[in-house]
Amino acid sequence: MNTSIDKLSLIVASPEIVLLVMACVIALVDLGVKTRLRTLTYVLSMATMAVVAWITADAALRGETHYGFGGMVVSDPLGNWLKFFASIATMVTLVYGRPYAADRDMLRGGEMFTLSLFSLLGIFIMISGSNFLVIYLGLELLTLCSYALVALRRDHASATEAAMKYFVLGAMASGFLLYGISMLYGATGSLDINQVFKAISSGRINHQVLVFGLVFIVSGLAFKLGAAPFHMWIPDVYQGAPTAVTLMIGAAPELAAFAIAIRLLVEGMIPLAIDWQQMLMLLAIASLLVGNLAAIAQTNLKRMLAYSTIAQMGFVLLGLAAGVVNGNTNNAQFAYSASMFYIITYVLTTLGSFGVILLLAREGFESEEIADLAGLNQRSPLFAGVMAVCMFSLAGIPPLVGFYAKLAVLQALIASGQALYIGVAIFAVMMSLVGAFYYLRVVKVMYFDSPITVTTVSAPMDVRAVLSVNGALVLVLGLVPGGLMALCADAVVKTLAP
Amino acid sequence: MGLLSLAIWTPIAFGAVLLALGRDDQARVVRWFALIGAVVSLLVTFPLYTGFKTGTSAMQFVEKAPWIDRFNVFYHLGVDGISFWFVPLTAFITVIVVISAWEAITERVNQYMGAFLILSGLMIGVFCAMDGMLFYVFFEATLIPMYLIIGIWGGPRKIYAAFKFFLYTLLGSLLMLIALIFLYTKSGGSFDILTWHKLPLDARTQTLLFFAFFAAFAVKVPMWPVHTWLPDVHVEAPTGGSAVLAAIMLKLGAYGFLRFSMPIAPDASHEWAWFMIALSVVAVIYVGLVAMVQQDMKKLVAYSSVAHMGFVTLGFFIFNDLGVAGGLVQMIAHGFVSGAMFLCIGVLYDRVHSREIASYGGVVNTMPNFTAFALLFAMANCGLPATAGFVGEWMVILGAVKANFWLGLAAATALIFGAAYTLWMFKRVYLGPVANDDVKALTDINSREFLMLGLLAAAVLYMGIYPKPFTDVMNASVADFLKHVAVSKL
Repeated sequence: MNTSIDKLSLIVASPEIVLLVMACVIALVDLGVKTRLRTLTYVLSMATMAVVAWITADAALRGETHYGFGGMVVSDPLGNWLKFFASIATMVTLVYGRPYAADRDMLRGGEMFTLSLFSLLGIFIMISGSNFLVIYLGLELLTLCSYALVALRRDHASATEAAMKYFVLGAMASGFLLYGISMLYGATGSLDINQVFKAISSGRINHQVLVFGLVFIVSGLAFKLGAAPFHMWIPDVYQGAPTAVTLMIGAAPELAAFAIAIRLLVEGMIPLAIDWQQMLMLLAIASLLVGNLAAIAQTNLKRMLAYSTIAQMGFVLLGLAAGVVNGNTNNAQFAYSASMFYIITYVLTTLGSFGVILLLAREGFESEEIADLAGLNQRSPLFAGVMAVCMFSLAGIPPLVGFYAKLAVLQALIASGQALYIGVAIFAVMMSLVGAFYYLRVVKVMYFDSPITVTTVSAPMDVRAVLSVNGALVLVLGLVPGGLMALCADAVVKTLAP
Repeated sequence: MGLLSLAIWTPIAFGAVLLALGRDDQARVVRWFALIGAVVSLLVTFPLYTGFKTGTSAMQFVEKAPWIDRFNVFYHLGVDGISFWFVPLTAFITVIVVISAWEAITERVNQYMGAFLILSGLMIGVFCAMDGMLFYVFFEATLIPMYLIIGIWGGPRKIYAAFKFFLYTLLGSLLMLIALIFLYTKSGGSFDILTWHKLPLDARTQTLLFFAFFAAFAVKVPMWPVHTWLPDVHVEAPTGGSAVLAAIMLKLGAYGFLRFSMPIAPDASHEWAWFMIALSVVAVIYVGLVAMVQQDMKKLVAYSSVAHMGFVTLGFFIFNDLGVAGGLVQMIAHGFVSGAMFLCIGVLYDRVHSREIASYGGVVNTMPNFTAFALLFAMANCGLPATAGFVGEWMVILGAVKANFWLGLAAATALIFGAAYTLWMFKRVYLGPVANDDVKALTDINSREFLMLGLLAAAVLYMGIYPKPFTDVMNASVADFLKHVAVSKL
């Protein structure tokens, strides 16, 4: 194996390198920043992410696949697009989260920005990794930053509690994943995804050992995605963490979790699809059931959105589970691109809904109960509109983008032609009917109830602008979803092509 | 941009502008702008009428452009004799609704008007869509403005009503979504409705599809026994919401039967026709009886809507030209008449703030002009000859007699019930001596209300006396439709 650093390797890893260097530079520069909102740190962080977004988009548009560092990392269209969206999502998170964090004494140092950059770096490494250990390292970098971010308000009891829970459960899940990886390493003798794939395809490996390892890997992935029955941490962490950090955990990292699911399961172990598809199907059904039913009972908006996340991940998993039918991979590109479209639009919608929550939270007031949104339409029709659009989108009502995501996944299920899959599709739509109830309840509170306070909602210009664009995108992508769908399909086809 | 696109997007554009820029302190400007928007939206449908060729059953004013390549979805619009009249009808009712809200709505006027204009465009889209996915998007999107209209401007139990409306209809539509995706897969990747019409399907598949569509459309029509959402929603919705719901939204379901269920699954439609006819006859007779005992005027008209829509589905599933054309005429007539009935209740409600029949009595003494209109609409609701209500019901009964005498007899008895509950209500509310001080204090309709009811009265009379323009448009398409559904797909 050639591990010398050649020019191509540097190009492949350029977004990560830029991020790492700039994260260190920003950490140093921040020492001299004294303003309350840490504007200089903020601007530098945003500029860095804008640059990496540009680099990844440029690479994605060229649509080529390159391996670097002896096959340890890969730059392919799927990964580059996911990196691009992750950078944008992190930027938007910082725009929404900065005033909130400043009000809560979380900007006393610039850690929030540097930790965000490092967690984005972790996301990038997870997405780029073409080697089990690289993926694992990226995952650890991301989760360690996330633990610290959750605990950023260290004198706040519930945030600290959430951080502890997150850490203990997260460490366990990482352990699962690592254990699964080591089983696979033992069976195939390689950590390189392509080598593992070849070894499994050869059919000479003991199937039992592989499946044993697979169970652990799927469990670890399910934890990271937040699929039931590995979902326990999601409600507590979503609720306990400062809202800005909740968004940091709930938006961009989902893209990375999706990416490693594709890397590990599809690129590495597609010959075992019949095994892992069953597992994903069960996880999906459990997630749809648990997420939707539990969300009904919630009064806390963040907790409700946490359960809604679990339910939404059920749909993503359904897409992943519908790729291979009777050993036939014709359906695969549709199924995986459906999941990819789903997760990207989910992140977009999550950003919008949490953006509104962050906006309404003022000093000493968290605005995290559903009832706190009462009469928002009278206080600010614009932000009520953004929230309503996000809720209808999550409920899957056309013409909003969430509908097409569900449509694509359902189509992948039904195209398989299997009675079981069609049955699951019917189950999934019935569950989204249940889901519609609690999303509608949020709209009801905003539009039908009278406001508790009559104070108008004021927002900094940047938040206002980004939030409006965010809400508009949920609608516009719903009216013309073709482009993003084609992008996802193209990325999946190019990346998975042999 | 084609004429149909113009008909769809003009009201939506006006509505969007209202939502974006309208403010409550300029309610006057908002109202006039909304009226202009509604009138312009109606005017752009006129060239459709003058340009419509009556001799052919082909789709007209067709527009087709790729929309979502990934799923082969097209922005494909077109109207034939079956769908044509609903386009101007929707635009017309929207004008009326905007006028009706002039004084009644004082809070968040821009959102109210905007919601109705957008709703109008979306409903026109449903009637024009020739692509299954486009149809579904329009069909479902109508839920959002209607949900907000009921929930924001509704009565005391508005929240219950809004949720019931949304979730009940969503349940049905989601099963239809599965059916649409299934057809897409089955047809080798096409959402084109006309392609689906020609797609051969085996008996079991047809039955499953028929019932998946049934779930969506029967709830929307609504047919007995899934009609229970309608009275609740009508009672709580604001006047305009009730009018649009009864006049147009219910027709989306009936239209769906003609566009999807019957031509795509003709064999299943024939096989299950007895079932559909049975449900329709129950709606016509039983729900008619239920209407008779209502204390609340809006509830009474709501049940009467269910009974009248029963005529429509009855007409469709007896599979002859009188039945289908009669059903279509009845849909349009019911659009005018039920809309007018709800607006009349709205006129009274604005003054007395009660919908109970018992709160009124002798309204004719204080509001003679208004009572004249109310009498006309009541007569139309009973199906009196020379009003719009007569034509469709008469055609359906004639068609039913042709199919089976006893069926015709059963349907005809419904006319008696219809007359009974409508006239009894009319007697209790309008006739007799002045019942109480509220009625004594009533003032007759002003010129705005006169205009609104006058327009509807003209439409009701015109359609009753000279229904030819309506039936002429339909004939070729109905004949072709019957020819199509008579051919087995097995």
